[in-house]
Amino acid sequence: MHELSLCEGILRILEEQAEAQGFRRVRTVQLEIGALAGVEIEALRFGFDAVMRDSLAQDARLEVLGLPGLAWCMGCAEAVEIAQRYDPCPRCGSHQLQVTGGDQMRIKELEVE
Amino acid sequence: MMCTVCGCGEGETVVEGHAHPHDHHPGDAHGPGGHHHHGHSHHHYGLGPARAHAPGLSQARMIKIEQDILGKNQEYAAANRLYFRDHGILALNLVSSPGSGKTTLLTVTLEALKDEMPIAVIEGDQQTSLDAERIRATGVPSLQINTGKGCHLDGHMVGHALESLKPLDASVLFIENVGNLVCPAAFDLGEAHKVVILSVTEGEDKPLKYPDMFHAASLMLVNKTDLLPHCRFDVARCVEYARRINPGIQVLQLSAYSGQGMAAWLQWLRAAHQMQVAGFRQDA
Repeated sequence: MHELSLCEGILRILEEQAEAQGFRRVRTVQLEIGALAGVEIEALRFGFDAVMRDSLAQDARLEVLGLPGLAWCMGCAEAVEIAQRYDPCPRCGSHQLQVTGGDQMRIKELEVE
Repeated sequence: MMCTVCGCGEGETVVEGHAHPHDHHPGDAHGPGGHHHHGHSHHHYGLGPARAHAPGLSQARMIKIEQDILGKNQEYAAANRLYFRDHGILALNLVSSPGSGKTTLLTVTLEALKDEMPIAVIEGDQQTSLDAERIRATGVPSLQINTGKGCHLDGHMVGHALESLKPLDASVLFIENVGNLVCPAAFDLGEAHKVVILSVTEGEDKPLKYPDMFHAASLMLVNKTDLLPHCRFDVARCVEYARRINPGIQVLQLSAYSGQGMAAWLQWLRAAHQMQVAGFRQDA
């Protein structure tokens, strides 16, 4: 979707953290991206390298941890796993699902020096 | 380059009446709800390889930060939402593909309601102030935001727009987002509802193709229903697709051109406005 904006958001957080936690360079950025976050990982990697150039995170490694999409099926009254928003319940085939997780996009951990 | 002082995404964003790059003076009355907490100057870290490191003595360490990538936008959106609540303003974020008839629907809606309640409009487009001019022709105050290369409005741009537009207390604020069914889904502006507009000249399967947007919307308006006899658009199937993505989504069918179905939409707006104003009067 807007992977470049996301990378700019990441850089902003890195700069704030550098100030708060006293580091000068970022070697690795570890992200958690849910299956339902609408983020194209390859586009994110492309944008990451471009946005981090000439910053404290130039040449930093980007690690992406994928998280499953989770939903609550109203018919089954149970939590189920889905790969996309329009997937039916894998148990009963109903679309009466409320997404409960898997839409997160977070910076989890940094390797810094 | 982006504005590193207040974190404006693209430096090409232009809010009418708000020049970029802005002068950031300490103590600026900047933004409703205390939008800006500047106070950090421009820092440069790590230009080029780190120096002053003894070889072999790596100082690398891991730090956990657990921060939401869109956290900054969510802070701006939360400040806008607080502002809307404090002023009893019903803010609606109108989203659609380009060409769905959003601006026409909006002008017809404004003509119908402008004598009943105070209304203001924020228009988002990549370029031109044509839409804001169309809105101002109805007599309703309107402000254009040009996002430049940006594909969506964000909470920060809307915060700046509020400073200039200053919508009246207990008003309805329509925010017409950039025509795009993808990116605006992720960027909360502080609105009460996202309203997604889909016209019958488009594909009925758009809810499946752009699920994030239909998932985020409270209301879907199926527009241009006067053209249904000429199109192969299956309304029932479209609604079924939308409910697969979002079981709770409300759906109204209308034609801004013929007026068919407009009464139900206006009634929805009056009801939502009443709810917002009721909360406001209670607090006051």
